[in-house]
Amino acid sequence: MKRVYVNEDWCLACHLCEYYCAAANSGAENMVKAFKTDGKKPIPRIKVEEGEKVNFAVQCRHCDAKPCVKGCITGALSVKDGVVSVDESRCVGCYTCVLSCPFGCIVIDEEGHRIQKCDLCVKNHNGEPACVQGCPNRAVVFEER
Amino acid sequence: MNYVIIGNSAAAVGTIAGIREIDSTGKITVISDEKYHTYSRPLISYWLEGKVTDKNIYYREPDFYEKNGVETILGKKVTKIDTEKKCVILDDGLSVPYDKLMAATGSKPFVPPMKGLEKVNYHTFMTYDSAKAIRSELKKGMKVLIIGAGLIGLKAAEALAAHDTDITVIDLADRVLPSILDVKAAAMMQRHIENHGIKFVLKTSVEEFSEHSAKLQNGMTVDFDMLIVAVGVRPNTELISDAGGKVERGIITDMTQKTSLDDIYAAGDCTVSYDAAAETNRILAVLPNAYLQGETAGRNMAGRENYYLNAIPMNAIGLFGLHIISAGDYNGEEYVEETENTYKKLVFRDNKLKGYILMGDVARAGIYTGIIKEGLDISEVDEKLLKEKPQMMMFSKERREEKLGGIIK
Repeated sequence: MKRVYVNEDWCLACHLCEYYCAAANSGAENMVKAFKTDGKKPIPRIKVEEGEKVNFAVQCRHCDAKPCVKGCITGALSVKDGVVSVDESRCVGCYTCVLSCPFGCIVIDEEGHRIQKCDLCVKNHNGEPACVQGCPNRAVVFEER
Repeated sequence: MNYVIIGNSAAAVGTIAGIREIDSTGKITVISDEKYHTYSRPLISYWLEGKVTDKNIYYREPDFYEKNGVETILGKKVTKIDTEKKCVILDDGLSVPYDKLMAATGSKPFVPPMKGLEKVNYHTFMTYDSAKAIRSELKKGMKVLIIGAGLIGLKAAEALAAHDTDITVIDLADRVLPSILDVKAAAMMQRHIENHGIKFVLKTSVEEFSEHSAKLQNGMTVDFDMLIVAVGVRPNTELISDAGGKVERGIITDMTQKTSLDDIYAAGDCTVSYDAAAETNRILAVLPNAYLQGETAGRNMAGRENYYLNAIPMNAIGLFGLHIISAGDYNGEEYVEETENTYKKLVFRDNKLKGYILMGDVARAGIYTGIIKEGLDISEVDEKLLKEKPQMMMFSKERREEKLGGIIK
């Protein structure tokens, strides 16, 4: 299955992937509305880590082990065609998935008292993952490996 | 193949998933003494609070059994396992034959003998029905006494606080969540809960109950309109022990989750697990453990040899908006950071991260959980970054490539 991969030699830590991700999943029409006018702070589901020598972005690996799905206390997390996604209406914000994910890829939505996570943009109307489209240096790619 | 599962919660659902990975046609029958479609047991406190409704307390979608080809016998209790005839006997006398049997029997509330308790109409808090019983008697302004400051007692307190009740929690231990938190984290959590109007009386127990009051060992008397006993739970092991299976504090299984009895498996809160962090056997009564044990058992029941390894204690707890994530074992050298609203403790032993507590800021905690489960040597990571916060940056480039770069196991 196609996944998002990040080439850490090319990542500039510009955080544009985070902006594109947050905007795409905010439900807002465009970036300006998402960040400036809609009032609610959009949350990126991709996370850029900045180091002294290297930077990279991390998001859900849609891994085979799926400890978040298997540990979910409500059944809010599920898998379809290999893609792990959350039904936010069933999430109670217990954060058992945050405890379980070895990649640190479950994002806490403090305002909503629930979690968010990368679903490869299958639930928004972006088509391809927004982080990939927004990367100016092609450090973030969407491909089969 | 004819599979029978006793129980209908996380371990049972994990078992169904494990079986169906391998065997899409074998007959699966789920038997439970509870009459409900599989529901999420931890959600009963959210239900009582009013955050979750009857419609979304369910653990799996309404068509779950149908989609997985599962027949259910609900509202009936298994009274006996007949290992000779390979069948289970129900309380109405019916016998259900099995080729492979799963005992996902869970646990029951432990109610210690307390003087005068027989005079009190008390509640426990473990099942949907127990939550419904509490809800039906609940009235605004009620005085509620909860015995037990563990997770069940405190989640009950949180739920009942939303109904304008006057709550007192007592516990014999010197702190809240004694089996999960250290002294400092417990003190922070206690203060936080007290700020929401809950009263605690610790280091004491009930000397004697009368119908609406409890006289405590420390001389205090607490009046109540409702009493909830949440002292702890005990594994349901009787079916297996009566059938001659090996039972200690819980049901003993091997790494495939098989009990000492032929063709009989067990998973979840009724079993003893090997705690890979503390390197000892103990009961790990947490939902992720139950599911994963069930899944492992299911695969083995369906004929694919499979082991459940690297189980560790782990908890994600939220009470009145304050979150704690913890995992592993706390014996070892401690690294502690605290601020007014956050607490972080990392525990190292044998040059490995063995356990942690994060309170307030719990972001990405699972990276720590992963390291503990892997048993990763500290020399393989950047220790300064490890201590700073959970982050993938702590790993070497090669290890990061392995973790993030390919097809991810």
